[in-house]
Amino acid sequence: MQLALFIIFGALALGGALNLLFQRHPIHSALSLVVVMMSLAVLYWSLGAEFLAAAQVIVYSGAIMVLFVFVIMLLNAGKEQRTKGSRAAYAVGFPGAAAIFCLLSFVFLSERGALKSSNIGGDLSDGLDNIAQVSAMLFTRQLLPFEVTSVLILVAILGAVVLARKEQ
Amino acid sequence: MTHLTNFEVFLLLSVLKVAVVLVITLMGVAYTVLLERKLLARMQNRWGPSRVGPFGLLQPLVDGAKSFLKEDMNPLAVERPLFILAPIISLGCALISVAVVPFGAVTRVDGVDLFQIANVNIGLLVILGITSIGVYGITLSGWSSNNKYSLLGSLRSTAQVISYELALGLSLVGVVLRAQSLNLRTIVNSQSAHGALSWNIFGGFQIVAFFIYLMAAYAETNRAPFDLPEAENELVAGYHTEYSSMKFAMFFMAEYANMITVGCVATLLFFGGASSPFGHIFDILLNTPVFNAIFPVCWFVVKVFSFLALYIWVRGTLPRFRYDQLMSFGWKFLLPLAMANIIVTSFVLAMRG
Repeated sequence: MQLALFIIFGALALGGALNLLFQRHPIHSALSLVVVMMSLAVLYWSLGAEFLAAAQVIVYSGAIMVLFVFVIMLLNAGKEQRTKGSRAAYAVGFPGAAAIFCLLSFVFLSERGALKSSNIGGDLSDGLDNIAQVSAMLFTRQLLPFEVTSVLILVAILGAVVLARKEQ
Repeated sequence: MTHLTNFEVFLLLSVLKVAVVLVITLMGVAYTVLLERKLLARMQNRWGPSRVGPFGLLQPLVDGAKSFLKEDMNPLAVERPLFILAPIISLGCALISVAVVPFGAVTRVDGVDLFQIANVNIGLLVILGITSIGVYGITLSGWSSNNKYSLLGSLRSTAQVISYELALGLSLVGVVLRAQSLNLRTIVNSQSAHGALSWNIFGGFQIVAFFIYLMAAYAETNRAPFDLPEAENELVAGYHTEYSSMKFAMFFMAEYANMITVGCVATLLFFGGASSPFGHIFDILLNTPVFNAIFPVCWFVVKVFSFLALYIWVRGTLPRFRYDQLMSFGWKFLLPLAMANIIVTSFVLAMRG
């Protein structure tokens, strides 16, 4: 069951990501990004991280991407022009992507033992309620980073308000 | 059912539940439309639909047939794939959220709960998430129609829905704090101890949260007095101006399905879900399995029905907001009030230990 979900939604996420790159209209790209977000949410849920899945859907697909689409609609952005691409992107991009891929596979392979013993891959509905665990972790051991992040977001909101305000 | 494995029983019963719930919801949608037309007509001192069938009871079926038979027009300049996708997203999201609603007491047949399709730990968040995805239907329909009225209507509607989503989500936090769970079944059980006295709206002192939820939900479903997206004196018909026949009917059904969902959620969170308002007084008289299964469903239906009637009553009574009033009401009044409610509720809960 979990494997089937992983294959289906992994493929969907990959397809959405590729479609995001190949579409020429910004709205189609934004919508492919929504598909990627939703498939990621399903993958999180199939791994037992249900709160993360819900947050992914509500925050990313439901709020941030709606604003993306909203702004694209307001600006009425047209189709973008194809370019040959910059030389710097080729020079840095491909080695960079390869390096990240190697790094991730190195980490996963070297930490294989530790990953196997952790509780990844719980059943979809085994009644494990991990919201309490997540919140306890956030408000005890991770309290400082959590509060610092919220202050950071507050600063970003204030910055946006200052930028958007008309001059008196 | 001895020759079937547990999984096969689960699968068959789940498919059956989905089909039954879907049919009942769609019939509920159709007859909510009729109810609205009849009630509004009575409030305005006229008859409403009365020709088709006794008391006009067959009117929804005839309306459905009419929508199917009408010509499905696609204007030339529309963005075709998104134009077709938008009503599907709207109606799909409106119908999916019924899947996590428990509409009866726990009644197990072969280990499968009969009165709830999916009992998930984060049921409340699932409903909120699906609602927030439903915005795409409105947004895309306005943009892909290539019509300025549609675009303006959908911009208004999107801004309205994402603004009121905040107040809506925050108004539910008090309930979650009291139940200490996001599971809808657990939330209902936390209110079923002493009948109506332990419902969140009375015993839980969440009456402020309930009114915030009610107003935010009216705005979420684009209903009067917040029906600016389809303000017909300014915007023709808002985001569904260019839609005809069944595609228009899908938007229409999505609106009423959303009303039913909102009624279900309000019932579950503030009015004790499928539990009886009289608590366990009648348990001695009627303690048979059949009564235990059927009575809660009846209570649930009655509660949801009264919410629908309230919706219609409000539509018949209140005039439409102006757009700046709508925005300042949501951001400057409902949102701070919801935050104050969270602080007071958590303070009281902490004091009680």
